Amino acid sequence: MSAGLVTVAYIGASILFILALGGLSHPETARRGNLYGIAGMGIALLATLFGVVTANYGLLIGGLVVGGAIGLALARRVQMTQMPELVAILHSLVGLAAMLVGFANFMDPNVQYSGVEATIHDVEVYLGILIGAVTFSGSVVAFGKLSGRISGKPLVLPARHWLNLLLLLASIWYGIEFVEQSAAGAGLVPLIVMSVVALLFGVHMVMAIGGADMPVVISMLNSYSGWAAAATGFMLSNDLLIVTGALVGSSGAILSYIMCRAMNRRFLAVIAGGFGTSTGAGAPEGTDGEVDPIEAPEAAQLLTLAKEVMIVPGYGMAVAQAQHAVFELTKQLKERGVNVRFGIHPVAGRMPGHMNVLLAEANVPYDIVFEMDEINDDFPDIDVSIVIGANDIVNPSAQEEPDSPIAGMPVLEVWNGKTTFVLKRSMATGYAGVQNPLFFKDNTRMLFGDARDSLGEVLRNL
Amino acid sequence: MRIGVPSEIHPGERRVATTPEVVAGLRKLGFEVAVEAGAGEAASFTDQAYRDAGATVVDEVDELWSGSDIILKVRAPETDAESGRDESDRLRQGQILIAFLWPGQNPELLARLAKAGVTALSMDGIPRISRAQKLDALSSMANIAGYRAVVEAADNFGRFFMGQITAAGKVPPAKVLVIGAGVAGLSAIGTAKGMGAIVRAFDTRPEVKEQVESMDAEFLMLDFEEEGSGAGGYAKVMSKEFIDAEMALFREQAEEVDVIITTALIPGKPAPELITADMVEAMKPGSVIVDLAAEQGGNCALTVPDELVTRHGVTIIGYTDLPSRLASTASQLYATNLRHLLADMCPEKDGAVVVDMKDEVIRGATVVRDGEITWPPPAPKVAAPQPPPAAKPAAAAEPVEKKRAPAWVSRLILFGLGGLGLLGLGAVAPPSFMAHFTVFVLACFVGYMVVWNVTPALHTPLMSVTNAISSIIIIGALLQISSGVTWIAWVAGFTVLITSINIAGGFAVTRRMLAMFRR
Repeated sequence: MSAGLVTVAYIGASILFILALGGLSHPETARRGNLYGIAGMGIALLATLFGVVTANYGLLIGGLVVGGAIGLALARRVQMTQMPELVAILHSLVGLAAMLVGFANFMDPNVQYSGVEATIHDVEVYLGILIGAVTFSGSVVAFGKLSGRISGKPLVLPARHWLNLLLLLASIWYGIEFVEQSAAGAGLVPLIVMSVVALLFGVHMVMAIGGADMPVVISMLNSYSGWAAAATGFMLSNDLLIVTGALVGSSGAILSYIMCRAMNRRFLAVIAGGFGTSTGAGAPEGTDGEVDPIEAPEAAQLLTLAKEVMIVPGYGMAVAQAQHAVFELTKQLKERGVNVRFGIHPVAGRMPGHMNVLLAEANVPYDIVFEMDEINDDFPDIDVSIVIGANDIVNPSAQEEPDSPIAGMPVLEVWNGKTTFVLKRSMATGYAGVQNPLFFKDNTRMLFGDARDSLGEVLRNL
Repeated sequence: MRIGVPSEIHPGERRVATTPEVVAGLRKLGFEVAVEAGAGEAASFTDQAYRDAGATVVDEVDELWSGSDIILKVRAPETDAESGRDESDRLRQGQILIAFLWPGQNPELLARLAKAGVTALSMDGIPRISRAQKLDALSSMANIAGYRAVVEAADNFGRFFMGQITAAGKVPPAKVLVIGAGVAGLSAIGTAKGMGAIVRAFDTRPEVKEQVESMDAEFLMLDFEEEGSGAGGYAKVMSKEFIDAEMALFREQAEEVDVIITTALIPGKPAPELITADMVEAMKPGSVIVDLAAEQGGNCALTVPDELVTRHGVTIIGYTDLPSRLASTASQLYATNLRHLLADMCPEKDGAVVVDMKDEVIRGATVVRDGEITWPPPAPKVAAPQPPPAAKPAAAAEPVEKKRAPAWVSRLILFGLGGLGLLGLGAVAPPSFMAHFTVFVLACFVGYMVVWNVTPALHTPLMSVTNAISSIIIIGALLQISSGVTWIAWVAGFTVLITSINIAGGFAVTRRMLAMFRR
C-alpha cells in the first residue's frame, strides 16, 4: 500500500472519529456514532498493518487478539456502577502506551534528526512521556480510589503546593537537561528521572482529591490521555494521532470545565485538592433545628396523592444499587398517572453522566431524565421530590449563605417543591462537609435507611 | 411523667388539647396520657378512640388534675360557672401547665399561677421564628380562623361565591376584600379563591405582596411610601397620612365588594378601626363583614364581639371563637403543636421534661417558672419573616459580578500570550512541524465545537468512546513493531496488547451503554 493511500485512510479515520463524537449529541444517533468510531479505528489499523508494518506479524496479531479478548471480557462483565473505575483504568493504559511508545521511539537507532528538528523532536518525546506518565499514575490512583482500594478521602500533605511546584520545576529542569544530553547522543538518565518525577506527580495530584471531585479528575485524565496521544503524534509525525489526540484532549477539557462550573469551583482549586479543609465550615443559621423523619407507609401515601414527582439521584443511589428500585417506583407511579421526572445535576455521581447511565441501565426512558438547567424552574409545581443519596447538589446554602464553602454552586432547588423526601443513611454531611439546611426545612421529610431497602418498603406500601 | 387533659369548661369551647392521634405520639415520647371522660366529645373524638390510642380515660376531674404532672389545656384556667370552683385552684406545686394564657391581658391569673407554685407555658408566647414554626399554635388557629371566616361569610351571603353562567341567567362572582395578609388573612384568601370569588387583599407590609399574588389574589397598593413591618412579623402603627390614604381606599372598595374580612391586629394595642360606620352604610345590602379582630375591639366600628348583627343591611360577624367552630381540625393542629413543644422539652424521649430557659423558644413561652413570674421574656433577637428574600439575590449576584470583569481581562491576556507563543514558535520551528501544528490546532477547534453539542446525558459514553479512540496511539506501536531491534519490537508488541484492550473494551462498553438508552 502506498504512503498516499495510508494518508487517505488516516483522513477517513479522522473524519469517522469526528462523526463518532458528533453522533453523541443525541441518544438516537449515538449508536451510529459508535459504529463510525469502530469503523474509523478499523480503517486506521488495516491501513497501518498493510501499509507500514513489515515484520513481526505474529507478535502483532497475538497482541491484538489477546488484548481485544481481554477488553471485550472487561466490557461485558463490568457493572454500570463500576463505570468510573473502568474508565479510569482504561485511561491508565493509554498513558502507559504513550510512555512506552515514547521510550521505544527515543531508543530506536533508526530515528535520526538533526538541528532544530532534533530539538523539537526531543521536546515532543519528552512531553509525550511526561503526559503519559502523569496520566498513567494518576489514573491508577483514581481507579484505586473509585474502586475503594484506596481511601476516597483527600490526602493532604503538609506542604503539598510546594511539593507540586518542586516536582514541576524538577521536570522542567530535567527536560532541559534531557534535550542537551540527547543532542550529544545520551539523555536516557534524565528521561528516566523525569518519568519517575511525573509518575510521582500523578500519584500526588490524584491522592489529594476527594471523592466528589472525581468527575473533574476523570474528565481531566480523559483530556490528558488525548494530549498524550497528540504529543506522540507529533513525535511520530503522524497526523491521525494528532487529530485524534486533539479531539479527545479538547473533549476531556470541556468535560472538566463543565464539571467545574457545575460545582462553581476553579479548575486549579480542584486540582490543588483538599476541598473543605481550609475554610471553617460554620453551621449556617437555622440548621440547629430538628429533622422530621418519615416512615415508608406515609411516604407511599404522599406519593399516591402526588401529581408531579421529581426524583433527584446522587452517588448514594449508585452505592446502594438502587436504580432498579427507582425504576420500579417510577413504573408504578406512571401507571397511576403520576408525572415522574428525573433531575440530574452535572456532578451527581463520580463521573460525568454517571446517573444517566445508571438510570438507562435500569430501563428508565431517557426522555423523562432532565438536566438541572431544564427542570430547575419547575420545582414550584412539584408535589413530591425524592432525593436519593444526594447532598451537596441540593443544598440551599449554596444560594442562601454567601460564606458557605459551596456558595454560588448551582443546585437543584428541591425546596421550592411542596414536599421533599430525602433518602439517606444518616445525618452525615456531604462531601463538602457542609451542613445541609434542606434537611431542616419544614417541607422536608427524612426517610432514613439504605436507599434500596427504603424504596422497596415504599413500593410495598403503594 | 403523666399528662392530664381536662375538658374545656369555657362556654361554647369545643376544642380539646389532645387527640387520639397525638396521644400515640406522646406515648412514643415516653409520656403517660390521661384524658377526662368526654373531653373530646365536642370535637368528635370519642373516649373509646382515646383508649384505643393508649390513653387512660378518667371520670373524676379531681383525680385527673391531682394525678397529672403536666396539664394540657386550650384556654387559660377559669372559674367553672356550675361548681364555682376555679381551675387554677386545682393546680399543685411543681405541676406544668401549658395553654393559651395571654399573660399580657391576665396579670392576676399569672399571680395566681405563681402562688400555686407551678410552671406555666403559654402557647401564645412561642416566638415566631422559623425554628419554632411547628410549635406555633397561634398560626395554626389563625389559619383555621381565616378558613372559617370565609365559611361564615358564605353562610350569611345570599349569592354564589363563584360566578356561573346557567340556563337561567348569569350569576356574577362575589368580590372579597381581605384586610391584613397575615396567616389568617392568607388562609382566608386561599379559601375564598378556592370557592371561586374574586379576591383582593390589603396589608401595610409591602413584603407580603408577593405572597398575596402567589395565591392569585390582587394586592391593593397605596400610592404612599411607608414601611409597615414591625418586630416579630407583625404590623406597626402607621402615620396619620398613611391611614388617611388607607381609609380612602377602603371607602372606595366598600362600595364595590360583597364581603370584607378584616384581620388587622397590632400586638399589645386595641385593633385599629378600619371600617367606619359610614363605610358599612356604603356597602351593598346583603354584604357581609367578618371581623377577626373582634376580641381586641374589632376592625369595624359596628362589630359586636361574639355576635352576628345586621346594620344598614350588612351582616357583621364578630365571632371570637372561630377556631372552636372547626373543633376537630383545630384540636388536631393545636394538639400537634403541643406535641412538638413537648418533644422539644423532652430530648431524651424518656417522658421527663426539662424547662430549658436558655432555649429561646421555651424561654419565650414560659410565663411562670416554679412559682416565679418570668413574663415578659427578653425581646426576640430577630424579626421573623422579614425581607431575607430581597437580600438574597443581591448577595448571590455580587460575587458573579465581581468575577466577570477580571474574566474579560484575563481572556485578553490569554489571547495575547497565545499569540506571542505562536509567533515565537513560528520563528524557530521548521515547516514540517508547522504543518502538523496546523492540523493540531484545527483539530482542537473541531473537537471543541463537536463536544459542546454532546448532550450531558451521554457524557459517560463520551468518555468511554474518547477513551477507545485515544488508543489510536496503537498506530505508534505498529510503526515500531517491525523494528529490527528485538526489545523494541517486544515493547511495541506489549503496547499493542494494552491498547487493544482499550480499543475493544472502550468501544464494546460504549455500545453496551448506548443500547440501554431508550425512550
